[in-house]
Amino acid sequence: MTDGPDMKAKRVSANPSSEINTGTVKSDAEAVGRGRGSQPAKRQTMHPLVELTLTRVREFVREPEVIFWVFIFPVLLACALGLAFRNTAPEKIRIAVEGNGKNQVVAALERSGDVVPVVLSEEEAARALRTGNVALVVRVIGSQISDQGSQISDQGSQISDQGSQISDQGSQISEPRSQILNQGSQVSGQGSQTAFPQLIYRYDPTRPESRTAKLAVDNAVWRAKGTDNDLNARDETVAEVGARYIDFLIPGLIGLNLMGSGMWGLGFAIVSARGKKLLKRFAATPMRRSHYLLSFMLSRLLFLALEVAALVAFAWLVFGVVVRGSLIDVALCAVVGALAFSGLGLLVAARPRTVEGVSGLMNFVMLPMWLLSGTFFSAARFPQWFQPIIRALPLTALNDVMRAVMNDGVPLVSHWTQLAIVLAWGLVSFVVALRIFRWQ
Amino acid sequence: MSLWVREEVQEMLRGLELPGNHMTTELGTAHARETRVAARCLGLVKRYGDVTAVNGLDLEVRAGECLGLLGPNGAGKTTTVEILEGLTPPTSGTVEVLGRAWGSGDDNDLRQHLGVQLQETQLAEKLTVAETVRLFRSFYRRGRDVDAVVRLVELDEKRNSRVGKLSGGQRQRLAVACALVSDPDLLFLDEPTTGLDPQARLKLWEVVETFRRGGGTVILTTHYMEEAERLCDRVAIMDHGSIIALGTPAKLIAALGADQILEFSVAEQLQEETLTTLSGVRGVHLRDGAYALTVTDIALALPALLDELERQHAKLVTLTTHQATLEDVFVSLTGRMLRND
Repeated sequence: MTDGPDMKAKRVSANPSSEINTGTVKSDAEAVGRGRGSQPAKRQTMHPLVELTLTRVREFVREPEVIFWVFIFPVLLACALGLAFRNTAPEKIRIAVEGNGKNQVVAALERSGDVVPVVLSEEEAARALRTGNVALVVRVIGSQISDQGSQISDQGSQISDQGSQISDQGSQISEPRSQILNQGSQVSGQGSQTAFPQLIYRYDPTRPESRTAKLAVDNAVWRAKGTDNDLNARDETVAEVGARYIDFLIPGLIGLNLMGSGMWGLGFAIVSARGKKLLKRFAATPMRRSHYLLSFMLSRLLFLALEVAALVAFAWLVFGVVVRGSLIDVALCAVVGALAFSGLGLLVAARPRTVEGVSGLMNFVMLPMWLLSGTFFSAARFPQWFQPIIRALPLTALNDVMRAVMNDGVPLVSHWTQLAIVLAWGLVSFVVALRIFRWQ
Repeated sequence: MSLWVREEVQEMLRGLELPGNHMTTELGTAHARETRVAARCLGLVKRYGDVTAVNGLDLEVRAGECLGLLGPNGAGKTTTVEILEGLTPPTSGTVEVLGRAWGSGDDNDLRQHLGVQLQETQLAEKLTVAETVRLFRSFYRRGRDVDAVVRLVELDEKRNSRVGKLSGGQRQRLAVACALVSDPDLLFLDEPTTGLDPQARLKLWEVVETFRRGGGTVILTTHYMEEAERLCDRVAIMDHGSIIALGTPAKLIAALGADQILEFSVAEQLQEETLTTLSGVRGVHLRDGAYALTVTDIALALPALLDELERQHAKLVTLTTHQATLEDVFVSLTGRMLRND
């Protein structure tokens, strides 16, 4: 009967643990055993493509450094950047406001919430624009304008006597003023409360964020005025030497270059010497270990002159970027930067055994500075709470000093704290590198 | 050198001051020998995790001798040498090089007296031969003339060639030149001729022999038996991290109690027990499917063997005989004899 085996099978599978001593379980176990015996023929060798793919996966997984750089590093980077950009939506651009009657403009800008207005003096605003701290300078022109209709200040008592129809008596002001306002060619609005002073936008049109900033300010002013009338604003594009984006960029590129050549140049040379057991051979001689590491820093200095000179000369010839400060200060600054980054390069190369390992580590060190240190855009864009960390990075400090010397022409000593930060990085890195250096 | 010599003299003076009456003669000689020790290690152990690379090694290298560490790959030769060179700290045990211990004082001062050639060092490819030797010369307070060393290793024709353009043998000679440029008292050579063709090997041996004629001490590792036989005064045979035999090559071979090795293979399975009872045969080992008999008298052993094969109806496939070498010593020590005893 066919029922017999079926029922047996059901019983066994339904309750295997309670049937241990029965013959059916034994036969079941035998069946499993036979199954095992016959299956390896199929399972032992899988399709070559599967085996090859598995091999690749195994090789990949068994390289712990790769795991870190491929999976963990991007996550860490995403975390860092996510934090950095969390509070800085692209609309929140910093705008400098200067001139008379700026309070009204500041209030309007603050109300709009799209931009962050900063009140600065004319000189400060110009520097902030030059160093990329603000994207746009809004110059507010209150009463001191020769234009006939716009000679009214917010305070009635300060009305200029040039205005032919305005009397000196305060009681008579309100009426003539409205008259004037109606006549005023560039001033619109119904009364003094909504009257907006004339605005001058100063910016470098080659900077995209400046153009965005201008539109944002336009919007804010429109909203404040409540009309679509003429904004009474004009542009003053900044293109003088020292205030353009290229002037901002070049000192940052010098800093970036110092970092890159210091790190890559040293890192690869040292790690490949380690791979060739050359470091071990040196360790077997009475060579002073600090001499070996110092030789890398000194050789960097020799190439440094060429590197920086080439970049400065190129910027001058092609873009007309001039060094406002002393060339000696620029050179000193470059020397300090080169030493600091070769120290950092030594530190990064102190342990890794493979070029792959050191590459990952270098990216880990350099990428945050590429993004944060104000090479391509000002570091001031990052949120306030993040600033202390950014300011403590060697590249940020170096860029700040370099810009101060090249663009603002201030003496090096005025930025001694930044200089000290850069030097400290180099010194500490060198000492730690010497301590933890792997010679074999 | 000077510092070490001073210590040696002091040691000798101390030895003289002691009136040997409370010492046995044996101890007295041991002490006298001790004064001429270039390097010594006692109870040396080196572990890497679970792996024991050196397992309780005792060794004494006499000043002026060439001591060879002979053994297969993984026997612990390189680890031992690197411990002596002060590159690797031992897990336990004591090490003394030129009368000093590593880490006890100024290690770099001790390194002034050493010459080191490491296994597998690749010198900078973009430098020339002369530049490389000059670089190493700059690390030492005193040493040889760069050109003289380049000439010594027969690289004067290549002195301005880049390291990357050199052949394997030339690179090894350059590595030895970098070790010799300090005019060392003690020279370490770690497998100096591995991978070289016979001619290149011969040239390197000549360089080592020249150095020895100048009175230098050499510690050499190798897995070439003929290299050890030619260069070394004494050979320490290493296996699994310890020394299993130590002596002059001649004594080690003599310890086999045989001067001939008779190797043969047969098509059939043999009754091995009967082979050991043959006249003139001292031992039987199976080596790569062939039989190796250590033989005291070939004139007796060979006819006896042929008779025995005929008795067992075995057909001879190959038959060779040769003088016993260190290789046979090694096989007899590490092969069946050691494992089966």
